[in-house]
Amino acid sequence: MLNNQGRPTAPHESSAPAQSARKTFTSNRALQIEEALIFEIGGNSATGVDIDEPAAFAPRLGAHERASPIGLPGLSEPETLRHYVRLSQKNYSIDAGLYPLGSCTMKHNPRLNEAMARLPGFGDIHPLQPQSTVQGALELIDALAHWLMTMTGTHAVAMTPKAGAHGEMCGMMAIRAAIEARGESGARNVVLVPDSAHGTNPATAALIGFTVRAVPARDDGTLAIEAVQAALGPDVAAIMLTNPNTCGLFERDVIAVAEAVHAAGAYFYCDGANFNAIVGKARPGDLGIDAMHINLHKTFSTPHGGGGPGAGPVVLSDRLAPFAPLPFITRAGGALRLEEHGGGGQAFGRITAFHGQMGMFVRAYAYMLSHGSDGMRQASEDAVLNANYARVCLSDLMSPAFGARTCMHEALFSDEWLKGTGVTTLDFAKAMIDEGYHPMTVYFPLIVHGAMLIEPTESESRASLDLFIMALRDLAFAVKRGDTARFTGAPYFAPRGRLDETRAARQPVLRWRPRAPVSDAQAAE
Amino acid sequence: MSAIHYTKDHEYIRVDGGTGTVGITDYAQKALGDVVFVELPEAGAAFKKGAQAAVVESVKAASEVYAPVSGEITAVNGALENAPGSVNEDSAGAGWFFKIKLADAGELAGLMDEAAYQAFLKTLA
Amino acid sequence: MRYLPLTPDDRASMMQRVGVTEIDELFADIPADKLLKAPLDLPAGKSELEVSRLLGGLAKRNLAASDAPFFVGAGAYKHHVPASVDHLIQRSEFLTSYTPYQPEIAQGTLQYLFEFQTQVACLTAMDAANASMYDGSTGTAEAVLMAHRVTRRNKAVLSGGLHPHYAGVVRTMSHMARDEAVTLPPDPAAGEDIIASIDSATSCVVVQNPDFFGNLRDLAPIAAACHAHGALLIAVFTEAVSLGLITPPGDMGADIVAGEGQSIGNPLTFGGPYVGLFATRQKYVRQMPGRLCGETVDAQGRRGFVLTLSTREQHIRREKATSNICTNSGLCALAFTIHMTLLGGTGLKRLARVNHANAVKLADLLARVPNVEVLNDSFFNEFTIRVKGDAAGVIEKLAARGVLGGVPVSRLLPGPGLDDLIVVASTEVNTDDDREALAEALKGAL
Repeated sequence: MLNNQGRPTAPHESSAPAQSARKTFTSNRALQIEEALIFEIGGNSATGVDIDEPAAFAPRLGAHERASPIGLPGLSEPETLRHYVRLSQKNYSIDAGLYPLGSCTMKHNPRLNEAMARLPGFGDIHPLQPQSTVQGALELIDALAHWLMTMTGTHAVAMTPKAGAHGEMCGMMAIRAAIEARGESGARNVVLVPDSAHGTNPATAALIGFTVRAVPARDDGTLAIEAVQAALGPDVAAIMLTNPNTCGLFERDVIAVAEAVHAAGAYFYCDGANFNAIVGKARPGDLGIDAMHINLHKTFSTPHGGGGPGAGPVVLSDRLAPFAPLPFITRAGGALRLEEHGGGGQAFGRITAFHGQMGMFVRAYAYMLSHGSDGMRQASEDAVLNANYARVCLSDLMSPAFGARTCMHEALFSDEWLKGTGVTTLDFAKAMIDEGYHPMTVYFPLIVHGAMLIEPTESESRASLDLFIMALRDLAFAVKRGDTARFTGAPYFAPRGRLDETRAARQPVLRWRPRAPVSDAQAAE
Repeated sequence: MSAIHYTKDHEYIRVDGGTGTVGITDYAQKALGDVVFVELPEAGAAFKKGAQAAVVESVKAASEVYAPVSGEITAVNGALENAPGSVNEDSAGAGWFFKIKLADAGELAGLMDEAAYQAFLKTLA
Repeated sequence: MRYLPLTPDDRASMMQRVGVTEIDELFADIPADKLLKAPLDLPAGKSELEVSRLLGGLAKRNLAASDAPFFVGAGAYKHHVPASVDHLIQRSEFLTSYTPYQPEIAQGTLQYLFEFQTQVACLTAMDAANASMYDGSTGTAEAVLMAHRVTRRNKAVLSGGLHPHYAGVVRTMSHMARDEAVTLPPDPAAGEDIIASIDSATSCVVVQNPDFFGNLRDLAPIAAACHAHGALLIAVFTEAVSLGLITPPGDMGADIVAGEGQSIGNPLTFGGPYVGLFATRQKYVRQMPGRLCGETVDAQGRRGFVLTLSTREQHIRREKATSNICTNSGLCALAFTIHMTLLGGTGLKRLARVNHANAVKLADLLARVPNVEVLNDSFFNEFTIRVKGDAAGVIEKLAARGVLGGVPVSRLLPGPGLDDLIVVASTEVNTDDDREALAEALKGAL
């Protein structure tokens, strides 16, 4: 099957530095300071940590002492600060501006959460110290679990998954275990995945030995019950359905889908990546799900940190609850106990060392306590209102993917309106960078051509949103005027212009190496 | 005398005697974008018609390449390892993937000729 | 609510612009009988002060490592982290950015990932490393899957010295994926003959060094045996600081290295988030899981960095991806790389020597305690003792005296035969007083 998602990945000929104008001696641009790699700055004998050599002693290393040099430079503390501060200044961040990455949920990260996670009673406790010395930590995990179950209308939750995709794996493993317990493991090996799904869904299913059967979406991006019914059969173990889906729409046939899936003897895995749209508005447990992961780093504001860490607890229906992984918390009398070995139950095993992402649990719980039941519902409503406002204010110039249909927390546009203009979705995204915005999610979901998925989140004020909309409208007018240079050479004002991804992939350079001295043989060539 | 046949998955096979040279079409290389890596089969491997025989990757996309006919791989284009860009620059020539010894020349009848493929491409626009 | 900028007036006028009169009109796709009418049965919102009080109260019910003589290791280690590390990782531009999908405005993240990959490769003496995994245990399971892809076999052999949680994660994954995982019996004496378990069906052998019991192992003969059978050697470590002093896996022929990076730059935090280190040989780079950062140039020819070889990943390859991993441990990798930059090779080696010296002192001290036997011939900063009686009970008694004295092996490996063993770790944070306190407490408890 030809994959037609290819697009230019090397800079255009025309992206010459139109704005370069003046050169500086240092290549710096005022606050924008060039920074070398640590390997080019530091010396191999330098260090920024004062450690005394131990007094003479008889080592017990046997014959296992390291002989080869480590070869890593060190930097003094001031050099280290400068290096990383300069690097940080080359990054966009939520704190600095609107970050409308659809499906990623770049909402405000409260600093109270950071402070709480660093309390010694949470940050400085060991996962294997006696349970009697960590009762407060177990209380917190138990309380967070209670909130998650209440918000989702379920009675069980596996807390250990370390990210969304790990949560998917956990949920699908519980389904695999339940099917095995029914004695049907040989018979049910197919997982239905809509073609609009995030790539982790089919990857997860395949990872644990399921075969993926794609289910086509309707023109409006949602899943038709007829398509599900047609794909169901005695060989189907589960469906993996994102709801609200990757197009930013609530699957309005979700109840019928759940019923059909259950009638066929299969399970309903819900990808909860977009749960932030419906917290306090609907409970997935009422919609017939059997398992759903919750990205604490999306819905519950734990920071994305440049790509992690996250946390992906999985709520489970009563049918799957007995198969939840190890460890889990039980309460006996007044004390909490971490059950680490199953105790003869049907737990399917362990998916990580220790007990999950405690640092993320503290942050998410602080967020929930701060919002409360009322605040979380308001957050969902504001997120959905902001997305619809952006959608309505841009629909006359850009191409909303599904006409005038309202969306949930994110608004999807296609590149229909760019056809014949010489400007692509990628060009448009890069021009947004020059306007001081992080681009929206582009080219995802795959079912919409040249997709642009805008998720403003509830963290944006009206004024911020209005300016963003005006900036996008100005760019759209520039497209229509034929001012293509503003796009094809963009970004002009970022720390770097477009990067040559083709070169990076054809000749991968994945680490720094010292420049090798030229040998005689090479010199002779 | 060689004849070129095409599949709906945009592979071509240029048949010369009992052996065909397989690659992807110009249309396919354009759709993929800059090709950065090609995973080739091993010489001697046997494929049934329609089985996955290779993978072609650009920066943002990966596509399976299927055997257009059944047969045994007699040669692969090792030059692609260091020069994957030749798939873009010369898909019909230097950018070939592998040569396959036809098990059943009758299978060619199920493929498109040049005119049929060009007509097929028009339906995709 | 302090985190929500929209005012009631904003909401009203925006709803008008959108063309709805009730907010629930925007939720009309939710089946009417499932749309919640009343708030969830959860408390109302709280001020910062109220939340701090509540969580502060929970935190106080835990005994922090800094508040006790502390010797707990077994996969997570208490080290001193320089203050500048936590300061830097909390900079907005690192903390509140996403995965660097727009490289022009994410060079900060990309450059530190490139530096991180280089540091991991140098520490492990391997060719290339990825931009991090969730942690050491999940990285080990990914390493096994990678070995299966490379060798097109599906049997893993796990050493009895592998951390029991790591072995558990590999077994779960293997069971689910219909692969085979053979686990050798627990091996506190490092005496197992793992080479005898390798055959022509073996995809990989997984060995930890220093092992779970603290022993140092020579991986070179195992690597040779693996390669003779067409299998790969996966070397695992849980204590990254050890690489400053002991032979790195790359120098002993390992094909894949999966390790836990927590002990450089990252706090204990009750087990997570941590950071998985993952490295391999050049020839297997395209079979690696996880994100990779690579060097390139921009439109003006200036050096820059991008995520690369993405066709391995789920967002492009979907069900044919090398892994389902998406989010990784970016910020923990940043903490690792900053701490590593402060240390440099010189500082790391010195830190490792201090750790080893402290552990040697402790081993010598505990060996003189009646009813305590140190089992290890060799070790880095952790070793196993045999005590008279039930080790878990002894550890509880120590805790009651305010000493966190180690991990009873039975906590991870329940069942007969191992219930008198304790894994004891000593790092640079321990003083002579701490060690005396442990020895005294042990005398009292035994």
